[in-house]
Amino acid sequence: MLWRRKATAGVDQAAKEAYFTASQGQLIWSRFSSNRTAMIAAWALVLMIFMGLFAPFLSPYDPTIAGRDEQYENGPPQIPKFWDENGFSWRPFIYATERERSMATNFRWVITENRDERLYMQFFTRDWDYKLFHLDYDLPGKAFDVDFALISSDIHLFGVQGGQIHLFGTDASGKDIFSRTLHAIWTSLAVGTLGVFISFVLALIIGGVAGYFGGWIDSVLQMITDAIRTVPSIPLFMALAAFMPDTWSSETRFFFISIILGLIGWPTLARRIRTHLLTERTQEYVLAAELSGAKPGHIIRRHLLPSFTSYIIVDLMISFPYMVRSETALSFIGLGLKDPVNSLGALMQNVSKADVLLNYQWYFIPVIFFIALVLAFVFVGDGLRDAADPYSDTKK
Amino acid sequence: MTSLIDVENLTLSFRTDEGLVTAVDDVSFSLGKGEVMGLVGESGSGKSVTAKALMQLNPGNAVYDPRSKITLHDEGREVDVLSLRKSAELKIVRGGAISMIFQEPMASFAPAITIGNQMVEQLQIHTGMTKAKAKEISIEMLDRVGISDPSKRFDQYVFELSGGMRQRAMIAMALSTNPKLLIADEPTTALDVTIQAQVIDLMKDLVNEFHMGIIFITHDLGVIAQTADKVCVMYLGRIVEEGPVREVIRNPKHPYTRGLIAALPRFDDLDAPLTPVPGDIPSPLERPTGCVFHTRCREIIGDVCKRDLPENRWVDPSHRVACHLHAKTPAQTEAVR
Amino acid sequence: MSSETLISAKDLTVGYNVGKGFFDRTVLKAVNEVSVEIKRGSFFGLVGESGSGKTTFGRALLKAAPITGGAATFTDGQVSYNLATLAGDELKDYRKRAQLIFQDPYAALSPRMTVRDIIAEPLEVMKLTKTREETDARVREIAAKCRLNLEHLRRFPHAFSGGQRQRISIARALVSGPKFIVADESVAALDVSIQADVLNLLKQLQKDLGLTFLFISHDLSVVAHTCDHVAVMYLGRLVESAPTRQLFAAPRHPYTKALFSAIPSLDPDDRGSAQKLVGEIPSPLNQPSGCKFHTRCPNAIDKCRTIEPTLENPGDGHAVSCHRWRELLGAETTA
Repeated sequence: MLWRRKATAGVDQAAKEAYFTASQGQLIWSRFSSNRTAMIAAWALVLMIFMGLFAPFLSPYDPTIAGRDEQYENGPPQIPKFWDENGFSWRPFIYATERERSMATNFRWVITENRDERLYMQFFTRDWDYKLFHLDYDLPGKAFDVDFALISSDIHLFGVQGGQIHLFGTDASGKDIFSRTLHAIWTSLAVGTLGVFISFVLALIIGGVAGYFGGWIDSVLQMITDAIRTVPSIPLFMALAAFMPDTWSSETRFFFISIILGLIGWPTLARRIRTHLLTERTQEYVLAAELSGAKPGHIIRRHLLPSFTSYIIVDLMISFPYMVRSETALSFIGLGLKDPVNSLGALMQNVSKADVLLNYQWYFIPVIFFIALVLAFVFVGDGLRDAADPYSDTKK
Repeated sequence: MTSLIDVENLTLSFRTDEGLVTAVDDVSFSLGKGEVMGLVGESGSGKSVTAKALMQLNPGNAVYDPRSKITLHDEGREVDVLSLRKSAELKIVRGGAISMIFQEPMASFAPAITIGNQMVEQLQIHTGMTKAKAKEISIEMLDRVGISDPSKRFDQYVFELSGGMRQRAMIAMALSTNPKLLIADEPTTALDVTIQAQVIDLMKDLVNEFHMGIIFITHDLGVIAQTADKVCVMYLGRIVEEGPVREVIRNPKHPYTRGLIAALPRFDDLDAPLTPVPGDIPSPLERPTGCVFHTRCREIIGDVCKRDLPENRWVDPSHRVACHLHAKTPAQTEAVR
Repeated sequence: MSSETLISAKDLTVGYNVGKGFFDRTVLKAVNEVSVEIKRGSFFGLVGESGSGKTTFGRALLKAAPITGGAATFTDGQVSYNLATLAGDELKDYRKRAQLIFQDPYAALSPRMTVRDIIAEPLEVMKLTKTREETDARVREIAAKCRLNLEHLRRFPHAFSGGQRQRISIARALVSGPKFIVADESVAALDVSIQADVLNLLKQLQKDLGLTFLFISHDLSVVAHTCDHVAVMYLGRLVESAPTRQLFAAPRHPYTKALFSAIPSLDPDDRGSAQKLVGEIPSPLNQPSGCKFHTRCPNAIDKCRTIEPTLENPGDGHAVSCHRWRELLGAETTA
């Protein structure tokens, strides 16, 4: 930012004026953008969101059982090369593979690379059909069913000529882990968004009412909030999992899980909104507005809401990784989304086998993405929190 | 008078989002044993930052200029305060030879520990005396500062005391380790006038009894007139005038000091118009060039004020002022350039 | 009631129910039967220490604290409001006529609004202007009166120093064209060199706009210089009320005398002459019997401990609430 130049070096008038007329949003952005960790995390986050958003386009193969590569089960990652002992190529290539099972291999399938046969990478290939921005929920009750897609296509970013490429390897049934990871990021983000949205709406209403009106309304709502906070989550999840009928499709389960996470996640946020409202309400500038005859609606809209939007954004950012984590944890212990669905939790569940630890370490690649996703959210949230109150130090 | 602490060329800035902000600029003074010095200035004058530097209490984004030097003379030892790094060494200036009391006593007591336990703990850290002895001294000290029923107060928490009592308890705690120097940062500002008068009286008595040096930070010249031997007037991080309290108040040399005194409403003439110092205190981001006060000065003598930093000049052996009005003559200053 | 009285309070009481349970009906009387008359165009000073109820009294006159007893009347030309029962449209109208200037220039301005929006807010809320142009014109007019730089209206409060912020706060209070202003410690948070400037501005505005001020302060010297009439409060009670000169020339209540004497003198050779009060102001929840001041009064006698004195007005406009004031006055003149 312009006004960040050394003050003693003589700030020019325009830059100073820019600082003096900077709104809250501009001040927050100027602080946030000077926080390097948060900026890197923000870019990583944006990148991952785009990866999730365009997952079908970026993944060469269908992440479900339909897209399995029968010839390459439990196959290691294939890294595209430009160069090997047989010479240089402008087009990146991988090697063709063969697999065999014999007495010599202990009757396990063993995959070998044929280094003489190159498979060249292609871009914008045509493969399986997909829909982008696709909503398809088969909810209990016909009226709630949703099926909507913005783009239908069968073009994918890359593939190889005469074979398949598995950047992150394949799993036991030959599904491409790269494609699964991208779809899993999207699933986890979607569960998180839905959960955060539900808990946010509840928190805003309950915390807002408690904080603005105070008194006995506040006391009653606080009691309810505390009651919900004391519910232990794991047994509750288990009970809910038992309640979910097996006949539900994976999408329905997914939707249901998001709702559960949302219903459990609101008390913390509600409490913060309430506390913030209670302190902000007694500020003198709010009294000044009241003395001008302003009605509650005006005060909420003009003073209270703007005073805590930044906090709310921060809170949402910070509660997001908890949602993603809860979903992952649920799926990991087998209560949430199950294997055919691509969620980070479901993918991590595969990692828990000893066989994987010893022989198929590439199963861990989705875990790295999970950690990166959560860390990105945490760092962005922290950066926003530090930046969110640009007035915190002006009083000194 | 032997000197207790010498501050030389103290220059200190803070790294902030908006760049490096100078808080204290080339401040030098020395304080003798048993001397009470008033440090007067308005918000942003750097008076608190200066005092905190003596105990290295400024936050981590403070940058000290390498020329800055603070020397504490403590029983034959010479302590270079700014070079202290380890917490064992810092104990000398934090609660050992130097103690500090604050505007808000709540801030200096932990809310969940009784007043007595905090005093005892502090005594044990700094003197290594036994617990029983420390308790005895603490109660004696509480009694000395005029807290009624000290053995009962010893077991109370700070929130159970009234504002004036809290201030007294804080003074008792600060003095129990028998410091050589007491820094009092606006100790009476948050108090009502009748309580302020009591605390000022108490501090005057304690100076006579314990003979420690005091740096009394305040924005209230009346409080200074009542307590101090000498005064340093600060503006935007610089000492603009220093001298004995009578001299500075009756015969101020710097236009800022004159302005401050003229701005005070006085009782002897209710019809006298109030004369404010014109303009506003510049934001720390727009530090004026030349004399820091020239943007508000009524007695500005020309470009020299805007261009050159005035040198400190001793108008008599104990009274110095940094103003071009009191340079030998303005013409000479011009000639030197 | 004389025709030039703008605000008249009679036995005004503000009580808060601070009981901890349903049956505990402990009432904290922050203001206890206070009667004052504030003349139109005057600068009425209200002095007291923290806990004296002066701020609550000011807020009660603005309908920002509940009036639980007594009466208060606002009379402005044809309009006369009983403040205890004011509501609805009349209250809305009263909001235009009476405004508050705060103490803390930092907390009183929303950091998220530009200076223009802050000053314009009362106009918009009260619908005093019809178009944006009209609002802007009014904002600029009042900002100029408060010596704000018109080019700075686009800025946010973080760009301003304490004194400038206080001028913004004053402009906001004045934009609706009020007649009565409560200034609650409005210069207490300002630096000395700025304080005089804001006081002069308030004086100037009073003259130009014909305002009436209730000036609440703990600082006697500031009150002495700005106000025409001074009332002193102690623990919710009015203890003394007189024209400024009269009060400062010959204070009658021992508390007022002690307040004077506690002000640190600017004369370094005048040390220790002050008459010191012992103790502190008692908690309003645990008020002493008799005269509220007897616990700290150097002149208290048995009568003071049992019988509460009433505010006497001996006819010279200098009212005092003390059993012994005549006696003490005599003692001082003979001494």
